[in-house]
Amino acid sequence: MGNRITVPAALCALLFLMVAMPHVGLLGQYGITFLCSMGIFIILSASLNLVNGYMGEFSCGHAGFMAVGAYTSSVVGVFLFVPDQVFGQPWLPMALTPFAFPVILAAGFIAAALAGLVVAIPSFKTRGDYLAVITLAASYIIKSAIENVEAVGGPRGFAGMGKIVQGMDAVVSIPWMMVWIFLGVTFTIWILRRFVYSTYGKGVMAIHQDEVAAEIMSVNTNKMKLIAFMLSSGLAGLAGGLYAYLISFVNPGSFTILRSTECLVMVYLGGMGSLTGSVLSAIVFAILLEFLKPLEQLKWVAIPLLLILLMQFRPEGIMGNRELSDVFPKLKRFYRFK
Amino acid sequence: MFDTVIQQAFNALQLGSYYSLIALGYCLVYGVLLLINFAHGDIFMVGAYIAFFAATYIMGQHALIPPNSPIMVKLVFAGFFALIITAAVSFAIKKKPVAAGQKNYSYPAILGGIFITITAAIYYWGQGMKLESGADKILVFAVTMPLTMILTSVVGVFIERVAYKPLRLKGANRLYVVITALMMGIILEYGNLSLLGTSRLSFPTLLPRIVFDVAGAKVSITKLSAIAASFLMFALLQWIVTRTKLGMAMRAVSYDKFAVPLMGIPLDAVIVFTFFLGSSMAGLAGMLYAMNFPVLDPFMGALVGWKAFVAAVVGGIGDIRGAFVGGFLLAFLEVIVAAVFSSELRDLISFTILLGILTWKPTGLFGKPKTTKI
Repeated sequence: MGNRITVPAALCALLFLMVAMPHVGLLGQYGITFLCSMGIFIILSASLNLVNGYMGEFSCGHAGFMAVGAYTSSVVGVFLFVPDQVFGQPWLPMALTPFAFPVILAAGFIAAALAGLVVAIPSFKTRGDYLAVITLAASYIIKSAIENVEAVGGPRGFAGMGKIVQGMDAVVSIPWMMVWIFLGVTFTIWILRRFVYSTYGKGVMAIHQDEVAAEIMSVNTNKMKLIAFMLSSGLAGLAGGLYAYLISFVNPGSFTILRSTECLVMVYLGGMGSLTGSVLSAIVFAILLEFLKPLEQLKWVAIPLLLILLMQFRPEGIMGNRELSDVFPKLKRFYRFK
Repeated sequence: MFDTVIQQAFNALQLGSYYSLIALGYCLVYGVLLLINFAHGDIFMVGAYIAFFAATYIMGQHALIPPNSPIMVKLVFAGFFALIITAAVSFAIKKKPVAAGQKNYSYPAILGGIFITITAAIYYWGQGMKLESGADKILVFAVTMPLTMILTSVVGVFIERVAYKPLRLKGANRLYVVITALMMGIILEYGNLSLLGTSRLSFPTLLPRIVFDVAGAKVSITKLSAIAASFLMFALLQWIVTRTKLGMAMRAVSYDKFAVPLMGIPLDAVIVFTFFLGSSMAGLAGMLYAMNFPVLDPFMGALVGWKAFVAAVVGGIGDIRGAFVGGFLLAFLEVIVAAVFSSELRDLISFTILLGILTWKPTGLFGKPKTTKI
């Protein structure tokens, strides 16, 4: 009976702590921002793990889908709530923002999932390095398409999301972004876990092992690939939307190959095909990035070097394809992962 | 109207020659190792930088050796630099094993010769000569070109040795090699950025500004040199691959990597030679590119390298003719798009073409479809 309640109770306690701590003064603005970026990293890493870990393909265009989500969420939010010179007067009053915010994020999710089709459809025929090229090309195409749209500011970027966060603050003063990111992380982990250990997830793992054999054993490979790619890119879009509202400014320059590289490092650090591994590695990576801050440009020598060394000496990452409950079996008393 | 068409055609030819030169490198490495060397575009960038430093150094704009110092100090400096280069070379060429009791002096002799030559060259040029006149510039050009090609290929081979070879020996998943290549490219870009800062270097003019008039279009000699170099290089490569023993070995390796060492073909040497060829082409392309667009920045290789890869895929990767034709095809397409629509849409169009080709005909124009046995 205990394992039915443990995890939700722990999550609620965490959420309560997150809301309460800044009020008491235990958590400053720096800490909040750090935790938020960590949450976004967790979403990115877990969602990429679905394609790169569980399905064994190599997608390195994750930043492109993140960009789609970020821009869609920003544009929808500004269009609904903020007076803007391009989109005109707001449609809805600011007081509705806390209720409408999930819808805004969902818009980003759906748009990014649709953008995932660009990769999913070629993946029916191509595999391996060519698919890697397709994902990269897709992210380049998305970035360069955004740069060519003047309505969202082209290469200069797009702002105005800050007002929405302020509007939420005016309703109830709690660290809204942290709460939303926490909910987003919870949603991501929940849906991925449900997906991966369902029949669909079994099909995805079968594709990883041997595509032809999976097809023969009645796995509808095209359908599986389509769902996996769309779910993965949709979650990346969710992360993008949260990111856009966190820093209240988006520009195409923040969704380059470097951003995709960050996601790749997290996935391979955590272990391909391990959800808890990708959460752990995202936390480790966020802390690592904080330490690498003073290096500035050299950071981008250190991170790829880390990934190269990983590939050479421990390609399976921290956890391999095991979950936390496989490493510490006692945890199974509190929750069941598989 | 007609002269603009001719002018644009020459521009496209010039652009195509860079794409082709880089695409040839992609193609060679892919043909032999079945590896998409994502760092290749950045090797092109490194080539441009090496050309810049070689040219300015030979022209005496910065001295490697502190001037007005005694001869011994100068020699020690020159020897130090030569030692680094010789070490890199010895890393690349392997010592031949000999039977017991025999003495083989060829390996130390070659290395010693290289060491002494480089020491002498650095000693001679390292104090900074002032080369100003046009004839001197041509000499600088003639020395810089082979130097750039050799040094760039050393960089390419070095990357292969430290990053790809260990993975290959472990028999690691091909995915890991691709990731490593991608990361290598990023390291080259940002390593360059942190070493040299964001200041953009401007390439010196080496060739005289002679402009030919072809049917109303103005064609400079640098443009012509780029086009000529790409055609010459393609001819050379075609000859190497089809007519020499090494080329035959390359084709054999690409046919069957496992049986080849059993036939007495040195697999490692063939792979090193492949990287050597490909990277030297990229270096040459980098130098010619820098001569035409004389502003260097660390990220110049990323996009051009990508375009070249698109060209290689369009032609059908693994086929030299395909890569060569694909480069010119892509360049003409881009120039037409830029002339008809706008230059901002160029990248978008070329990547869309890549996506279309990969979904519709993954083997490209010249490629042959492979069957996989189950």
